Amino acid sequence: MVNITIDGKQMTVEEGKTILEVAKANGIYIPTLCYHPKLRPIGSCRLCLVAIEGREKPVTACNTPVAEGMVVRTSTPEILEMRKGIINMILSMHPEDCLTCEKAGNCELQECAYNLGVKKGTLPLEAQELPVLKENPFIVRDYNKCIACGRCIRACKEVQCQRVLDLVGKGSEARAGATVGDQEITLEEAGCVFCGNCVQVCPVGALLEKDSLGKGRQWEAKKVRTVCTFCGVGCNLEVNVKDDHIVRVRGYENPLVNDGWLCVKGRFGNDFVESPERIKRPLIRVGEKGEGKFKEVSWEEALDYTAKRLQEVKDKYGKQSIAAFSSARCTNEENYLMQKFMRAVIGNNNIDHCART
Amino acid sequence: MTNSIKEIEHNDVLLIIGSNTTEAHPNIGQKMKQAARRGAKLIVVDPRKIELVDYAYLWLPITPGTNVALINALMYVIITEGLTDKEFIETRTEGYDELWSVVKNYAPEMVQELTGVPAEKIYEAARTYATTDRAGIFYTLGITEHTSGTNNVMNLANLAMITGHVGKEYSGVNPLRGQNNVQGACDMGALPNVLPGYQSIADAEVRERFASAWNCEIDEKFGLRIPEMIDFAAGGYIKAMYIMGEDPALTDPNINHVRKALANLDFLVVQELFISETAKFADVILPGASFLEKDGTFTNTERRVQRVRQVLTPRGESKPDWQIICELATKMGYPMSYNSPAEIMDEIADLTPIYRGIRYNRLEGDGLQWPCPTIDHPGTKYLHAGQFPRGKGLLQGIEYQPPAELTDEEYPILLTTGRMLYHYGVTTRRSASLESFRPEEFAEVNPEQATALGVKTGDKVKVVSRRGELITKVRVTKRVKPGMMFMTYHYKESPVNILTNAAFDPITKTAEYKVTAVRLEPVNK
Repeated sequence: MVNITIDGKQMTVEEGKTILEVAKANGIYIPTLCYHPKLRPIGSCRLCLVAIEGREKPVTACNTPVAEGMVVRTSTPEILEMRKGIINMILSMHPEDCLTCEKAGNCELQECAYNLGVKKGTLPLEAQELPVLKENPFIVRDYNKCIACGRCIRACKEVQCQRVLDLVGKGSEARAGATVGDQEITLEEAGCVFCGNCVQVCPVGALLEKDSLGKGRQWEAKKVRTVCTFCGVGCNLEVNVKDDHIVRVRGYENPLVNDGWLCVKGRFGNDFVESPERIKRPLIRVGEKGEGKFKEVSWEEALDYTAKRLQEVKDKYGKQSIAAFSSARCTNEENYLMQKFMRAVIGNNNIDHCART
Repeated sequence: MTNSIKEIEHNDVLLIIGSNTTEAHPNIGQKMKQAARRGAKLIVVDPRKIELVDYAYLWLPITPGTNVALINALMYVIITEGLTDKEFIETRTEGYDELWSVVKNYAPEMVQELTGVPAEKIYEAARTYATTDRAGIFYTLGITEHTSGTNNVMNLANLAMITGHVGKEYSGVNPLRGQNNVQGACDMGALPNVLPGYQSIADAEVRERFASAWNCEIDEKFGLRIPEMIDFAAGGYIKAMYIMGEDPALTDPNINHVRKALANLDFLVVQELFISETAKFADVILPGASFLEKDGTFTNTERRVQRVRQVLTPRGESKPDWQIICELATKMGYPMSYNSPAEIMDEIADLTPIYRGIRYNRLEGDGLQWPCPTIDHPGTKYLHAGQFPRGKGLLQGIEYQPPAELTDEEYPILLTTGRMLYHYGVTTRRSASLESFRPEEFAEVNPEQATALGVKTGDKVKVVSRRGELITKVRVTKRVKPGMMFMTYHYKESPVNILTNAAFDPITKTAEYKVTAVRLEPVNK
């Protein structure tokens, strides 16, 4: 443990922690953009500069470990000016379209500008018009909004280990791109597996879920924690819903299973639930078997008919003449009831599911 | 899994066998790649040059169907070089001599031709696995979907036991379960020989307990497994079937036979989200609600029971499957009624020792891993600490048996099947983004076969097995060895299970999806 002072507050903290981690844990605000708690801190945005007594220059709090006797000041007038200058510069190169931006309300650049009171970018910088890339069905990349914080690059490298993205271009053209030489290539060509974990760590509106565009802002959505169904890992989802429709899916931050990360199916594939091909009412077959022709009936009629036919088969051929497939996609409670149905209602053990696949 | 997912972060060696983890279990695959990044050694045993091979310390390019021989050779090296955990063998296992009497005939030099794995790689893999403390085995269907599936699994257990790599943190035998709740469906007794919690139908005391709780008789006769149900339906002994959320007419082996069986039924009721290939044979289709439209629990591959929460209202007039089953049971004269899935879990917990401590109010956080035997039990992170369920672990020598079907002059190419990253079962075909990205099959064939056939990536070929044929596009790639090809089972337009063999493992009745002899023919473009 080491003893340090931040903004006059004395504390004893764990060795090896950074100034930023200690400050956050103690409710002291230090703005950040390139920092993400699950990625290696690189101190590149320099917003988290703090003054340390006895040192001539300020240091970046995100990657400076605490040390015994350290006295830190997080918001001297000089530091506040530096931070405002940084935000001013970013905003001067950033599209001023917060009114229609998907990220509004959940944008960390907005939050920094708000907290520092920077209303707009005032520097005479010429921002190049950069492409908005939509070449794949999952991720939209709006390079005009990229602030080159490198979070997506680190998520791709450190979390997904794909190394698809790199920092390319200079000045207002600096961005996290997929390139070979100087040539822009598609994410697929660059070896992307579309996990979308880059989207999840992007602090601004540069990386977005394509299918979510226009479906609702962050604050409008109800967020529900549930479990993915695309394999046995059991990743936790945070499903964003508005007006009874899925807006987007993010990884729920549970450290024990998926730690907030998802794959392409879990993040982008759950729209199958809203497919127009879903069966909406009970159906009774009218065509030949295998032909796929049915008529819609009421639940009452469908269940009466099913119960009658199952009973007839049982009476005529005996209880061993009926079998059931339960489902590895359904819940525990449903599987429990299905086997109970066969054992208690039909009276045999002819119950199985794709247990071995 | 005997271990937990999180423990992968601390593994020093990962023996990954028959698992294309980054595509089939992407987030566990991601953790394996992270492990490689921090210096852990990945030993990848797979016939294909899968993504994990790029991160591997060693790749053993095994010929499908020869797992038993390879694992025996690994044990041969470990035993002859004195790398076993003698104390573990002594105190925790029995049958070592019998195991050695079989393994002694499997020197790496003897199996390298059969398995396709050079002897020196077998030596290096065996030494690396045996001499590392935190060494885990990870496997999936490349191990189980063989006529030798049970033998493969038992042999992996042998390997873990003779090295003491089981029954502790960071070391164990870890099957990665394929479906989101296949673990739970097994736990719940949706199996023909056990009641919930793997309590045997053969045990009269167990039957009596359930009969009394459910107010019914429990039949003492074991039920039928799926392949037997299919055969019995085709033979006219099974007259009616109730199929909930499965699509055997697409995903079971030799689907021509499955379809004949379904057509032969007097009555078929299917509970589904979509009109699946199976549902086309139904007399009645009952619309079930999707996982986003209901409450419940799933149990993941590390035995963690987690809450599923309702996000949307059921689409159309669909209903949660648990409600449908209750209504049908009630109509058939057996009143079944619960106010919520939480009430069903209370009943499960009462009757199931490994779930006894599981209640919804305890699942609000990160869930609980079974065994969870009491209401204040924290759950179990890893299994078999101190002892195995049967007491001492049984080492059993296992002889190599060839797959049911071998290649020959007429069918010279070995077809193996599996998943790919962008699809899962049948649901993803209804996801607009996933479907637009990967709308059709691209069977993987080696350049040698492609040249012989005169095809290039994107061309169509006809694939013919002893049971059926189909037409598919190909991708020419060295991911598969010469003489081998690979297809997924996701596409009904090129349904690979027309080709596959319904030969089964004698114990589990799992089909040999991984080995089919085929030939390729050109088609007119």
